[in-house]
This record gives sequence, structure tokens and C-alpha cells, in this order.
Amino acid sequence: MPAPLLEMRNISKRFPGVLALDDVSFDLYGGEIHALVGENGAGKSTLINVLGGVYDYDGSIVVNGDVAIVHQELSLIPEFTIAENISLGREPHRYGVIDWDALYGRAQRVLDELQLDLDPHTITDTLGIGQQHLVEIAKALSHDARILVLDEPTAALTDNEAEVLFAILERLRERGAGIIYISHRLGEVFRLADRITVLRDGRAMSTDAKSSLDLATVIARMVGREWRIGASRVRTGEGAYPPRDIVFEVRNVRGVSFSLRRGEVLGIAGLVGAGRSELVMAIFGAFPEGGEIFVGGERVIIKHPWDAIAAGIGFVTEDRKRYGLLLDQTVLMNETLAAPKTDLATAERSMKELRIKAQSIEDIVGTLSGGNQQKVVLAKWLLTHPKVLFLDEPTRGIDIGAKQEIYQQIDRLAYEGMAIVLVSSELPEILGLSDRILVLHKGKITGEFDGKTATAEAVIACATGHAA
Amino acid sequence: MKLRAYTMVIALVVIWMYFQIRTVSDIYPYGLFLHPVNLANLFKQMCVTGVLAVGMLLVIVARQIDLSVGSLVGLAGGIAAMSQGWGLAASFLLAIGVGTIAGALQGALVAYANIPSFIVTLGGLLTWRGVILYLSKGETIPVRLPIFRLLGVALLTKASGIALAAVAIIFLLWKRRIIAAVLTAIFVAMMNAQGGVPLPVIVLLAVAIAGHFLTQQTIFGRYLYAIGSNPEASRLSGINSRRHVLIAFALLGALVGVAALLHTGRVGSASPDAGTLMELDAIAACVIGGTSLMGGRGKVAGALLGAMIMASLDNGMSLLSVENATQYVIKGIVLVAAVGFDMAGRKRYQ
Repeated sequence: MPAPLLEMRNISKRFPGVLALDDVSFDLYGGEIHALVGENGAGKSTLINVLGGVYDYDGSIVVNGDVAIVHQELSLIPEFTIAENISLGREPHRYGVIDWDALYGRAQRVLDELQLDLDPHTITDTLGIGQQHLVEIAKALSHDARILVLDEPTAALTDNEAEVLFAILERLRERGAGIIYISHRLGEVFRLADRITVLRDGRAMSTDAKSSLDLATVIARMVGREWRIGASRVRTGEGAYPPRDIVFEVRNVRGVSFSLRRGEVLGIAGLVGAGRSELVMAIFGAFPEGGEIFVGGERVIIKHPWDAIAAGIGFVTEDRKRYGLLLDQTVLMNETLAAPKTDLATAERSMKELRIKAQSIEDIVGTLSGGNQQKVVLAKWLLTHPKVLFLDEPTRGIDIGAKQEIYQQIDRLAYEGMAIVLVSSELPEILGLSDRILVLHKGKITGEFDGKTATAEAVIACATGHAA
Repeated sequence: MKLRAYTMVIALVVIWMYFQIRTVSDIYPYGLFLHPVNLANLFKQMCVTGVLAVGMLLVIVARQIDLSVGSLVGLAGGIAAMSQGWGLAASFLLAIGVGTIAGALQGALVAYANIPSFIVTLGGLLTWRGVILYLSKGETIPVRLPIFRLLGVALLTKASGIALAAVAIIFLLWKRRIIAAVLTAIFVAMMNAQGGVPLPVIVLLAVAIAGHFLTQQTIFGRYLYAIGSNPEASRLSGINSRRHVLIAFALLGALVGVAALLHTGRVGSASPDAGTLMELDAIAACVIGGTSLMGGRGKVAGALLGAMIMASLDNGMSLLSVENATQYVIKGIVLVAAVGFDMAGRKRYQ
């Protein structure tokens, strides 16, 4: 066997409070597609960022050839043309003056090679999001890299665009390139990959040839058997509150209607881009879109987030760093942001109850671990004493221990009578905690399940629009 | 933060010691700079900048900026001087009212029309200057009301200075601020040695105490920091960011009115180009005092320290007869160095 293009040995990476990578080894040969799979927070992105030189690390990496990484987030400049983006940072020039002919020639060659029918003079902004991703991939390939890393490349692509991508990847493989393919979509993974590595909680569980694996085995290794969400639920399946005790109702917000009773956990499942966050943002008044909202049987008009808070709605937003926290301010200030009249003793009690690990309530939130940051966001909303609590991806990017604490809190709050809407991309979370599950696909409800009887397969089928 | 605060205090002490040593002469064998008469001058000089800096802090903390305060000092001062005929109260109220309305107007354009504050207040810088040039027909208006004049230059009687100091010292000791209490005693003793505590210093102290209370103890103040720190998270936490930004600009406008009265009183007349470049002194004072232009960080005490550093440089260099040209260069370098120092010591949270 020839020498590998890439050999990562015993890679470890620690963030404050979390061991994100624990002794992971990974290799890649020319002419293969090596898939990297795992749940959110398993360490895939961290591993790629280590490879890309974003983080320092323990362990060793040997690379034979240039590495090009296509991240999930676009790094294109919207106002530039396709060709300018492809050559960004290494524009052909003469004494600092751009050689436009060479620049457009290079872009045309790359696009031809990928058999992409795009005009390099097109302003990137005018392309669809899927086409922009293809440009991003073209940009990566124009570096003549032998190692190509793709992080969830099909998340924003239509089926047709995905087919174009798959054809490109197969051609590149034939030409001897090595490709690391990261995806949640196991169907794609099984179709494309030669080998599959499963990551879980920062450890590499296994690396096998595709031929020796089946879907069920991969899922079992991804999810793990030793912890089951909901196993420690204090709520009984029947619900402690009468079924007619409706505390919250949404009618026709973005075309979606649902209701919620006291003590109920309603899971909202769906793929990234299905419109879940947009729906809850609209309900909360962040981007009001019309429709009717009832709290405790009374119609409430929500035009701003403060209207929602006054009506008894709390909203643990997704992406805590962007929407949730003042990272350079104290735990106290963050906790009391939505309920400014909270006194110090109450805030401290809340910190203790949620087991936020900090030296003092005056610690700067940015210095805490992800799990503790998330608990601060939760504390902020619990201090508003909501009747209805929305949680959008409440466990994204935090470690298993903190996840379980959040799950216990959700369970306890529902037991105490709070109505909870849980939006999550992590199916085990939805299945383990919800009394009822709604599935969103392209902004519409495509399925509703009882939490006790729902299966992952059925929910996924609805989420991908393949329900019978 | 702690370390940074101390370094700025140390910087101030070093500046003072330098000027003190350089001003040693036959008449002043221990140096002129820290002589009570000069110190009183120094404090009077920093009062206008200090009042403006407290107001500017409110705006910068919320991640905004106001470039118009210099022109607005000219406008408010001019209007106060022009309206002296209607009596002192009318004159003062008009100055503060004009400042407040102009500030609120600019704040509304920033908060509700979504025009960047840099642009709105750059427009204000031109507009307010134009308005006062028009109203005054380009002429300098003398201050005629004696009390108006006294606002800028009066000294408290020694007895009332001591009485105020006693109250302050008892309060500070109760709060266990021993050093601050000692400094207060030294300050009043020195000021009394040259005649008494200047009245504008009392005005500045009142503004500073109110500003400190507003920013540190009230929900409104804390929300300004929240908005500056993360506007999106603040909005989603139910904070009415627009209203807070508008009010911050209006408060700054009111303080511009106060500063204009102090300045006009001290100079003894309102010239149409009064206040030119004062916005830069106020911004520099905030920034040297540790206020982040990215919002979310900064304190009144720091802004006052910054104003004092700026005033000390002005005063000391004048004593040494440093040329105007050199003064500009040195102040420019100090400002950039202070911010560079700040960025180097800054921790970015992700």
C-alpha cells in the first residue's frame, strides 16, 4: 500500500472544561473517500480545525500534499464575481495590477473541469445558496490540493446539486485525490465513502471499510448505548396535568399551528434549514410575521421580544454566543438581563440550582465552558418565570455531562408544570424528552407523533420529506 | 481591568512627577506644576472635557459615537449668551434644552432611522456649527450676567469647601474607601490654600457621581452595557435597544448644555467657534480611561482619569512653553499609544 496522504496520530485537544478530542487517530489515502461521522459535538469540526491549523493540539500530523477545506459556512465575498472569489488572496497580477484575463481564464478552467455551467463573471450574491456552495468547492479545488475536506457539503444543496457534487467527488477520487467527507446524511456516506470513521464524545470509535458495515451498526456507534436520554425522567408517561389544560396556542404563524398543555414537552424536529428557528423567532417577536398567539387562553399581541416576555414566554435561543450571551459581561448581568429586577440572592440561588460552575457570580461569562455558558442562558430565562419556555438547540456544542444536566432541568421544569417547546437537530434528544413531536420540512408540519411511540426512522422520513 | 486601571493611575502620577521636576525654578524650588494655584487651573481646565466625557461614555458604551459635541457646545453656549436678557434661569434652561433636543434628534435618527451614528453626528458637527454661525452672525457675545460668569470661575468659600469635604470623607470612610477619603482631604486643603474649591469642579463632581450611579446602579445604565456588548442578544432578551440609544444621546446632549455653560462662563464670552475639537478630547478621555469603542466596556471613573491625563498634558506643556505644534503631536501619540496598550491587554471571548 502506498504511503497515506494524511496521517493524524493520537490527536488530543482540550478546551476549558471539555476534552474535545481524546487520542484520535485518522488517516487518508490517495484515491479514497473517507467519511467522518458522529453526532453534533462529537469532535468532527474540532478535528478538521486541528487539521486546518486553527487550533493547536497534542499528537502528530503528517501531510503529503496541500489541504483544502470547505467549511459549512460560506467564505465567499458576496459582492465579488465567481472568478474573483475563486482567486481570492492569490490573484494573478503584474506589479500589483490584477491580470483580469488570467483571473477569468483560471476560473473558467476550474468550472469546466468540474462541469459546472456557471459564468465566472456572475456576481456571487445573485447565485442560489446551493450554487454558492459549489463555487466554494470550486475555490477549494482550484488550489490543486490533493487532500480535500468537505464539512456537510450537501446541507444547503438541492438533490440535483448534490448529484453534481457527487459526480465531481467521484472524478476527483479516480484522479487520486484523497477526500474527507463529513456528513449527517448517512445515506450519502454509504453511497460515496470507501471507509467510515465514527467519532463519539471526542473519541474515534472505529474505522472500517464500508463493505464491512451496515447502517444500524454505524448509528449504534454514533449514539452509544450506555446513556439513554429520558431514562431518568421523573415525569410519568401519562402526564401529570389534565389534557385539556391548554396554556399556549399558535395559530397560523408562518403557516404553522400547534398548541401546548401545561407540563408538556413538545419536540420540534427537522433538518437544518427546515424553518424551525425562523418559526420560534417569529413567535417570540424577533421577526414578527403575523398569525395569532394565545397564552393561558388569551390572545396576546407580540411585536417585540419584550411583548413575549411580558406574556410569559421565555426563549433560550440557539447559538448562545451570537444571540444568547454578553460574553464580556458577568454571570450576574447575563442572568438578570431579561428580568432586571432580580435581586442578587435570587440570581445566586439560580446559579447554584443549575450548578453553573464559576468561582463567583461576578465571573465573566466568556471564561466559562460551553456547558456552563448554556446554563447561564437557561438561568436568564428561568428568572423571567415563564409559563412557556422555548429551547432552540439547547445542547449544541456542549459536553455530555452538561447535556444530561440540561435534560434533567427540562424534565424537572415540565414536571413542575411549565410548557416547553424543544427545537433540536439531535433526534435522541427529541425522542427521549418529548411528549409529542412535530416534524418540520421546508417550513411546513409534515408529521406529528406521540413521544412514546415515535421512532427515529419515522421522524427522519418526515423530516426529509419522504413520509408515505 | 484592575491592572489596567492601576497603570493609568501610574501613568498620571508619572506625568505629574515629570512636569513637577521640569518646572523647578528659583521662584518655585519644588516645582510649579503641583502648586495649588496651578492645580486649581488644571482642575478648572478639565471640567468641560470631564462633563463631556461622562456623557460621551453613555453613548460609546452602547457602541455608538457622537462627533457633534464640539459644535453643540458652541451652539448651546451661544444660545445661552444670546438669551441672557430673559434672565439666568431661561438662559441656562435654553442651553441645556437645546443640547437635549439636538441629542435626542440625533439619537432618534441613529436608533429609529438606522443611520450610523458616525454619519448622523458628523452631519451634526457641520449643522450645529452652521446654526450658531447664522444665529450669532459670526460675532462673539460677552457674558453679562454675573452669576453666569461665576459658574465658570467662582471659588467656594473655605468653610463651605471644608463642610462639603467633611460630608464626602464621612461617606467615603463609611464605604471603606480610605485612599479616596485621604485624597479628598488633600484636595480640599490644597484648593483652600489658593482661595477655595472652584465651583466648576463641584459641577463636574455632581455630574460624575450622577453618571456613575446611572451606569452602575440603574437598569437603564446596565442595559447600555448590554446593548454595546451584544445588541442581538440584548434585543432577544426583551431590551428596547432603540429607546435606550435615543435616551443616551439625549443625556449626552443635556451634558453638552452643562459643559457649554461652564465653558462660556469661564471664557467670559460665547464665540461662534467655541468648542471646536472638544468632541475629540471627550472621546480621547473615554478611550484613555479604558472605554471600548466596540461597546460594553468603560466606567465614569476611567473617563475622568482620561480627562485628567489630557488636561495634565495640556497644562504641563503650556507651563513648559512647548510649542503648539509639538503639543498636538504628543497628545496624538498618547491617545494612540493608550488604545494600542488597551488592545494588547484585551482578552477576546469567543
